[in-house]
Amino acid sequence: MAEVKYIEGYPEEIFQLIPKVHETRSWRAENIPAAMTKEERQEVLKIHPDWAPGGKRKIVVGPNQGDIAPREVVDLLEAYPLIEKQEVDLSIPDYQVDIMVLGGGLAGTAACIWAHEMGIDKDKILLVNKLRHGDANSIMAEGGTQAADRKVDSLERHYLDTIGGGHFTNKPDVLRALVEDGPFIMHWLHELGVIFDKEENGDFVEKWGGGTSIKRMHSCRDYTGLEEFRVIRDEFISRKIGCIEHFPAVELLTDGDKVTGAVLYNLETGEYKVVAAKATILATGGFGRLHIRGFPTTNHYGATGDGVVLAYRAGAKLRDTDTVQYHPTGAAYPVQIIGYLLTEKLRTSGAQPVNIDGEAFVFAMEPRDVEAAAIIRECYVRNKGITTPSGLRGVWLDTPMIELKNGKGYIEKAFPGMDRMFRRYDIDMAKNPVLIFPTLHYQNGGVETDPVGRTTLEGLWVAGEVSGGVHGKNRLMGNSTLDCMVFGRRTGISAAEYIKKGKKQGKLTLEHVSNYVKMLKEAKIKPKRRSPILLPEYRGKKSLARALHVEV
Amino acid sequence: MKETKSKKLDPEKVMERIAEASRPTVAGVEEKDVRHWVTIYVMGRGYSVPADLTILTAMEYAGYKFIRGCGCRQGFCGACSTVYRRHGEYKLQTGMACQTRVEDGMYLVQIPFSPAEKASYDISKEAYKVNTLLKHYPELARCVACNTCTKACTQDLQVMDYIQAAIRGDFETCVNESFDCIQCGMCALRCPAEIVQYNMAQLARRLYGRNDRPEPKHLTDRLKEIEQGKFVKPLDEITKKSKEELEKLYYSREKESD
Repeated sequence: MAEVKYIEGYPEEIFQLIPKVHETRSWRAENIPAAMTKEERQEVLKIHPDWAPGGKRKIVVGPNQGDIAPREVVDLLEAYPLIEKQEVDLSIPDYQVDIMVLGGGLAGTAACIWAHEMGIDKDKILLVNKLRHGDANSIMAEGGTQAADRKVDSLERHYLDTIGGGHFTNKPDVLRALVEDGPFIMHWLHELGVIFDKEENGDFVEKWGGGTSIKRMHSCRDYTGLEEFRVIRDEFISRKIGCIEHFPAVELLTDGDKVTGAVLYNLETGEYKVVAAKATILATGGFGRLHIRGFPTTNHYGATGDGVVLAYRAGAKLRDTDTVQYHPTGAAYPVQIIGYLLTEKLRTSGAQPVNIDGEAFVFAMEPRDVEAAAIIRECYVRNKGITTPSGLRGVWLDTPMIELKNGKGYIEKAFPGMDRMFRRYDIDMAKNPVLIFPTLHYQNGGVETDPVGRTTLEGLWVAGEVSGGVHGKNRLMGNSTLDCMVFGRRTGISAAEYIKKGKKQGKLTLEHVSNYVKMLKEAKIKPKRRSPILLPEYRGKKSLARALHVEV
Repeated sequence: MKETKSKKLDPEKVMERIAEASRPTVAGVEEKDVRHWVTIYVMGRGYSVPADLTILTAMEYAGYKFIRGCGCRQGFCGACSTVYRRHGEYKLQTGMACQTRVEDGMYLVQIPFSPAEKASYDISKEAYKVNTLLKHYPELARCVACNTCTKACTQDLQVMDYIQAAIRGDFETCVNESFDCIQCGMCALRCPAEIVQYNMAQLARRLYGRNDRPEPKHLTDRLKEIEQGKFVKPLDEITKKSKEELEKLYYSREKESD
């Protein structure tokens, strides 16, 4: 086969399609497609991965028996535990703490800080990380954080935008907490020293988010999550709160009716440690690395849904398990970055999805599920996508449109992360459009909570992506970083208050795990899988096929 | 064409086709589909790997399962910093394993941890001036302007420039030049003066963020309104609305003008 000729980062035959996008740009800038009606939304969602038939099945055991969830998630819920109770000595805990927080992203770290703020001793808080502190989806949040703090905005409008985006399935009291705390969280972050994009007079620069009716997106260039997280982590380290890394929880512990700790596993040495905790906050994030329906993902390496498994075995109830968020604009080319996140802020700054004929086929700021479904339809039903060298189809995201609207040099200034990523592959996104296709992004549902993050189990709180309810069946941009900090804070405070009541705790046990196994056996589920899976498997097939397990 | 028109849309089939096209990304590339191969040397040992992988995915292809040296996989977390040298060259290069394409004859090692000191402080009690930076990171004054940090930066930042700006008390430049830092630690590990550039810059940015511009007045006003209970009633009402009522409100929202 002849060598492929590359021009400005694209194979020649794809590069030749770009002039169509350039030619139609000024016309498209004046002729924006209308937002979809309710009926149009319903129609296009038929081809969304959540609603396309297949890919899901019923949960057959546990508190959510009968509910529907993606196959990959049910596989984990029906898997057998990693450890047997006779392997673990629970009689002498290695750590005895007031609050154990599982997961060191934005939510977990904020929870620790607020528990400390409430007077819990720094040595009585333990932050447990599967990988490093901060290896989380939080730091990859690019676009922004929503909070209704402008005069034209209101808390009830933030509520309405969010519940509409969530197809009116969000849990009202929890959603109310989210929007009520938004402005306070912005204040807190400002006090801590987070650098938001600001006007000369100090006002926040606020942008659109998909599905919002008022500009309320606060951002820090296109490194919003990174900037928020590294400041919060810096605060956490300054407070000298306890923290261990590469030590995931493999099972929660209970005293029969309350969650009272966890068994942790050292990923490097294989040793386990037992934590006794008066309160446990689960902030383990989502499940993108399960590659639901075979989609690539924007998620970090450890996003394997461990928290849901642990909580479910202990008896916590889940909700909204049937939907998954696909981000409309994942990278579709080059092959090295397929599935990577291209921030929604690109669209809210003017970039339009455009098909092979140069047509803007969808309003650029629909809620994520609607936008994603429209792109899938364009590629696979209307056949107006562009086939990339790897065989994936995609449509253009007309990024040069951003500079048409905001002036030359805007991309480099406002999107340094995106710009850098594409330049590594010789693509100048200010000059040429980029190719996109939806990518698996977010776990909409999760462990059910109340407005302070309590679950249906005493002693267990959840915050962030592992929780379910606040976003209903579809999350809006900018509400996840806010969720992490609102409910990180609320759980930290609520857990600290709970501890002060001094509830008695019984012996640490893994009884709930034995009971769960009994249920699995009664349901005739064979022990062919184990969970939590902790890390996804990406090793090459050839090397795996020849792997030996030899004790050295 | 006729055929596609009469064919009924089958979303399940579409999903299967998407999964099939995504398989190389999700489950790894098949040997038979690889057209170009390169040899990389992981800590000295050679592996033949597909040419269009990153260092991270190439190591996985070769059989490595990461515990360290792999985090977000998209260039944001700094977990996978890597030092490498091309065959025949003397120069040491750095890069994030997840962001760097493999090249033939690449010798590499990952540096997933940097044992650097981070100062502890209460940011609300620290003065917004250069002395604060020097108090917590006195080694800052040892910078000999050798530019090694800049060469070592996996994000191609002008590290030395921001260090020099910090010494001059030019917070604005220090903040802007260091803003895209992912704190991978390579600068500090290469620095002959043992400066911890990325932690110093974190302190500088927090001081700047708190002090450079006032808290927005619109935010202060909103907090006051919340405290006075302005939104209690509207929220009480909206949280009690039925799905039908909410739908009506939602689809008739007035959008702010652009």
